[in-house]
Amino acid sequence: MTAATHHYTTTGLDNRKIAIWAFIGSECMLFVSLISTYMIYKGRSVVGPFPHQPWTNPATGEVLHPILDIPVTSASTFVLLMSSLFMVLALAAVQNKNVPKHTRGDRILGSSKLWLWATAIAGATFLGFQAYEFTSFVHEGLTIRTNLFGSTFFTLTGFHGAHVTAGVLWLVTLLAIDYRRGLGPADSMNVDLAALYWHFVDVIWIVIFTLVYLIQ
Amino acid sequence: MDIHSPSHLPDSAEAHAHAPHAEGHAHPTWSTYWKVALILFIITVAEVWAYYIPAFVASRAFVPILLIMSAAKFIIVVMFYMHLKYDHKVFRVLFTGPLLIAALTLIALLFLFGQLIIKL
Repeated sequence: MTAATHHYTTTGLDNRKIAIWAFIGSECMLFVSLISTYMIYKGRSVVGPFPHQPWTNPATGEVLHPILDIPVTSASTFVLLMSSLFMVLALAAVQNKNVPKHTRGDRILGSSKLWLWATAIAGATFLGFQAYEFTSFVHEGLTIRTNLFGSTFFTLTGFHGAHVTAGVLWLVTLLAIDYRRGLGPADSMNVDLAALYWHFVDVIWIVIFTLVYLIQ
Repeated sequence: MDIHSPSHLPDSAEAHAHAPHAEGHAHPTWSTYWKVALILFIITVAEVWAYYIPAFVASRAFVPILLIMSAAKFIIVVMFYMHLKYDHKVFRVLFTGPLLIAALTLIALLFLFGQLIIKL
């Protein structure tokens, strides 16, 4: 949709941007319900594995370490934070597409394809970290049915991962448009909507990382 | 690569002023975006660093400080990357309204079913 076919409301604001903010507001409620469930059941698991405490495997009697892998999750958090930077650079590149680029630095900063690729790859990398984490948890004996921690943890982080997946698909569609006809200032609202969604996914992870992974 | 906006390249704010959006308020410059990323990185490193200090983890300050750092990152991303600092106040209301309701619901649920207790 081009600028000529925008629908403005009586407030003078683009209806799509109002819609995405209303959607993000409703998503806040969804994630807070999931976070609330995790927090309420935190520390109430009867059997291990536990997130922050060592636990004893009932089958072997072996004492095992806490299941959360903070270094790996810190790396994935860093990747997702950087993806937000790439996303704002992609938006700025689309908005400034028609501005002449004189230096190599200008051309790099002004390449919407580069920053959209970087954001999508960072998102996919985050998903890779999550797949690794989920797989290692299952191998260590934690599934969604094992205990209260497993149920609430996989539900919360799984929902977040699904949102990241949707965000990556959205970015891929923007890349496809960019390759087909090029994204310009007239498309900046389309990229802005994707960027708002992507940053929302990022801020939700900021909360999850602290509440689930760091606070014991 | 020069991380600051070159003089001959208008920053996002100027370009946005020419965009056809009615809600086209000023946006941060590229250099602001990089500085915000650096601040987010530093706070994240501080959070993880704090996690590995057993004496600090055992102290009463650990949870409040981590929550403050997390809230700071949340606010920075929302204000600068989501442009809520610069956008129309309707968007602020659309976001902060549900967020406030959600936060109050979380606190209420933790008092009802969780481990939050007020000692009178």
